Amino acid sequence: MTEAAPFLPPTTQEVVFLLLGAVAVGSALLVVTTKQLVHAALWLVLCFGALAGGYLVLTAEFVAWVQVLIYVGAVVVLLLFGIMLTRAPIGRSADLDSGNRVVAAVVALATAAVLVTVVIDGFRTAYAPLKPGEGAAGELGASVFSTWVLPFEALSVLLLAALIGAIVLSRTDIRGAPPSAGEAGGDPAPAEGPGGP
Amino acid sequence: MSTTSSPFPLLIVALPFLAAFAGLLLSRWPRTRRPQPGAAEAKGQEAGHQHRGGNRRAAWIAVLPTAVSAALALWLAAAQGFAFFAERAVDPVGADYGEIVTGTVPITLTLQADALSGVLGVLVTLVALAVQVYSVGYLHDDRRYPSYSAFISLFTSAMLLVVYSGDLLVLYVGWEVMGLCSYLLIGHWWEDRSNSRAAVKAFLVTRLGDVGFLFGIFVLGISADSFRIADVLAKVPEMSTATLVTATMLLLAGVAGKSAQVPLHTWLPDAMAGPTPISALIHAATMVAAGIFIVARLFPAFLGARPTLDVLAVMAALGMLGAALAALAQDDLKRVLAYSTISQLSYMAGGLAAGSDHAAIFHLLTHGAFKALLFLCAGAVIHHVGSNLMSQMGGLRRELPVTFAATTIGFAALMGLPPASGFFSKDSLLLAMDGAVSGAALTDAAALLLYASALATVVVTGAYSARAWLRTFFGPGRTIALPEPQPGTAHVVDTREAPPTMLIPIVLLAVPALLLGFAGGLHLDVGVATISVVLALLGSGVVYAFWRGDPVADPARILGPFRVPCERAFYVDSVYAALFVRPILALSRLVVSTDDRVVDGAVRGSGRTARGLSGVLRLAQNGNVQLYVSGVLAGVLLIVVGAVMFA
Amino acid sequence: MHIVYPAVVSALLFSIGVYGVLARRNTILVLMSVELMLNAVNINLVAFDMWLADVLHSGQVLTLFIIVIAAAEVGLGLAIVLALFRNRQSVDLDRLRALAEPADPATTADGDNGAGGDNGARADDHQPAGLDTVTSPQLTARGNGASDQGDGVGRPGHPARRGGNA
Repeated sequence: MTEAAPFLPPTTQEVVFLLLGAVAVGSALLVVTTKQLVHAALWLVLCFGALAGGYLVLTAEFVAWVQVLIYVGAVVVLLLFGIMLTRAPIGRSADLDSGNRVVAAVVALATAAVLVTVVIDGFRTAYAPLKPGEGAAGELGASVFSTWVLPFEALSVLLLAALIGAIVLSRTDIRGAPPSAGEAGGDPAPAEGPGGP
Repeated sequence: MSTTSSPFPLLIVALPFLAAFAGLLLSRWPRTRRPQPGAAEAKGQEAGHQHRGGNRRAAWIAVLPTAVSAALALWLAAAQGFAFFAERAVDPVGADYGEIVTGTVPITLTLQADALSGVLGVLVTLVALAVQVYSVGYLHDDRRYPSYSAFISLFTSAMLLVVYSGDLLVLYVGWEVMGLCSYLLIGHWWEDRSNSRAAVKAFLVTRLGDVGFLFGIFVLGISADSFRIADVLAKVPEMSTATLVTATMLLLAGVAGKSAQVPLHTWLPDAMAGPTPISALIHAATMVAAGIFIVARLFPAFLGARPTLDVLAVMAALGMLGAALAALAQDDLKRVLAYSTISQLSYMAGGLAAGSDHAAIFHLLTHGAFKALLFLCAGAVIHHVGSNLMSQMGGLRRELPVTFAATTIGFAALMGLPPASGFFSKDSLLLAMDGAVSGAALTDAAALLLYASALATVVVTGAYSARAWLRTFFGPGRTIALPEPQPGTAHVVDTREAPPTMLIPIVLLAVPALLLGFAGGLHLDVGVATISVVLALLGSGVVYAFWRGDPVADPARILGPFRVPCERAFYVDSVYAALFVRPILALSRLVVSTDDRVVDGAVRGSGRTARGLSGVLRLAQNGNVQLYVSGVLAGVLLIVVGAVMFA
Repeated sequence: MHIVYPAVVSALLFSIGVYGVLARRNTILVLMSVELMLNAVNINLVAFDMWLADVLHSGQVLTLFIIVIAAAEVGLGLAIVLALFRNRQSVDLDRLRALAEPADPATTADGDNGAGGDNGARADDHQPAGLDTVTSPQLTARGNGASDQGDGVGRPGHPARRGGNA
């Protein structure tokens, strides 16, 4: 954590990062404002790609590739499947925004104002020199499989649970458990005795 | 003044009281099952028998104690030698039954009989006895006869308490119970709305006077430092005139209410809605006389307050002539008698104002006898005809000979014709008023007004007596087949004459009505007596002349254009309605609507406001998760801003 | 590299994600906005990892974990969305108002009025007028295994239905 370095003129990395950041923010804005569902997914791809570029500039190469692989490759595809399965309209649809838009805009703007103010106020002078190779696969791998191995294994269990959960939720031939006998016996309606016909 | 100890006053008061409770509790015991409405036809005969059985028992319960009381009262008065008529003082007879400590002025429970109480007790018990016996025949099929007779007993007891009480507050208890009984008995046939209204009216009007009466008692009792009547009267010379005037004026309000004197007289004619025996007992002979009795009882106090006597004289003068004129124009026989009662009570009040309590009480006694007789006769006539209206009567002297004779005696006494009792008592009253003109007790104007009014009233009394007499018993018969009588009117019976239970009291009452006048000693003033007889005969002669001209038409037409105002009793009721009733009704309607709109409205409004406000809050709970999350995030933002700025 | 730049980009992205979550009607778009917010966090993590020059690379490792969790989240989220779609024929968030109190206060007053049969069906009954309620009872019953299974079963208060079935 180093202080110093004036803001102007910006270094080349900073300029590149800012351009990528602008692309990311712009495409994110399009994601939340576009009238077409599929376009939103595509703008999301652009946003994630720009962010991956940003990670590269920040010397986190491995994170950048994982971002491209998982987000751009898997998540967006998953989302597109979702769009398809819910029979969403492919063309323009006028009602993608709910009536809550104004409130949402106010809250979001307030959030942005507070966050930006606080961040600028807090890190005005923070400066970090960029050293290539810091986030290479080897470095990260050593860290993950030594220090972070336990959370890593836990994550694998989490993924398994998510997998099973998704399957259970998606399949229609798995019914919920019938009400247990004990609960039926404790039913507080004696007139409707469990005897039946 | 020493008191001779005797239990008689207590017995006389307590016997009817116990009879009232026994009559209420025991007459329907063992309880007979009331037949179901559907089975009424089948069991009607049986139910009638049950009623009659209960009624017979109630009649015995009512009549016997009253008879014993009457005998005791008679004995008590005889033991004192009827000292009242001899105008000599006797030691009061009675006993103290302890003292109620109130913190300031104690209340003594004293019952005593002096000369005044003795004769009045006889009058009350005898008239009550006559009325009880009479009612047995008059109401023999009435379903509520047991409660009716019990109320009469209670009334008798209360009136006797007033008469025999030696303490003003004890007297007041009896005074109020009488008012209650009057209310209950006027409303005996409460199924008819007008009857219950008359009862409420009587209750309210007399209550208005009673407020003044109570405070008058307070003033007297506090200034004398005792509520004992004897102590109060002993302290009268020491009291200031202002105190006496205040006290007597307040008492006068109660007197006017109870005795139906001019400002508060309007309830009495309406009270005729009750059964006729009640009118005889309460509204002619006894209760209305209580006011006169009180004035006589506290007469020394009144003598010390000359302005009060002037007011009393003016009230009496207005009341006697106005009521007599109103009586002349009425068509309802009982209302004629009611206005005649007001007029005669005003006579007594006038006698009191003129300074002669003896004459007033003498007239009270004779009036009690002959007016009770007249009412009982009227009851017999109404019983026979089935209507109160004189326009439906006529020619009854052949059908009801006994009643005719008794009524003739009664009217003779009312007009003041010798030798009937009223002649003597009215003569002594007129003599007293004559003396007041030259005396110093009253201011000259009041005395003159009183005397002139009394003489004029003699004329009018003769006129309306003759009119009622002629229209009821002479002329062509107008009796027609009447439909089934409504409750509130008497029952039609087929007998030619009333049943013996009704006739015997009439005959017995006719004797004192005719002869009581001789008891007072024959000190006649020939001049005044001649004038009054001539005037009375003049009035009745004019009416007779008009009646001879056209026996069918109402002789009241001699009043000419004044007839309608007289019939409406000079619109006093209407004036009261406009002055008091309607404003109060409007005010109470305002209160009701205020309660409904403002008070209840506030309550309902707060409920509605809460619901409305909660409705506003409910708008946020619309189930939209995004809105909820927006709220959460906005809250978090506020917290963050606060934390950043103030931390 | 000034840390302010990635931090500001992250803040803006996060706010945009907030807006998307709050304003978008389609549930899949809401999921996308959630992804945006996660990525904003990721930028922060990477930038601060670099600034702190952490030997253990906690920030970047955590970023990897988050990416993994995000993938799992998207998978589960889409499964829920699909179940929702099967039950309601709609993935519009502002039609899913079962949380709201029914419009008529009288029906809330008598509480358990035996209509407790199926929470979903009951909620549909009280939906504001003008919305398309196409849910058929059959579909609703079939959907017991899905999203609102916890509500539909195992909840006392509708013995009448069970007694009727028995």
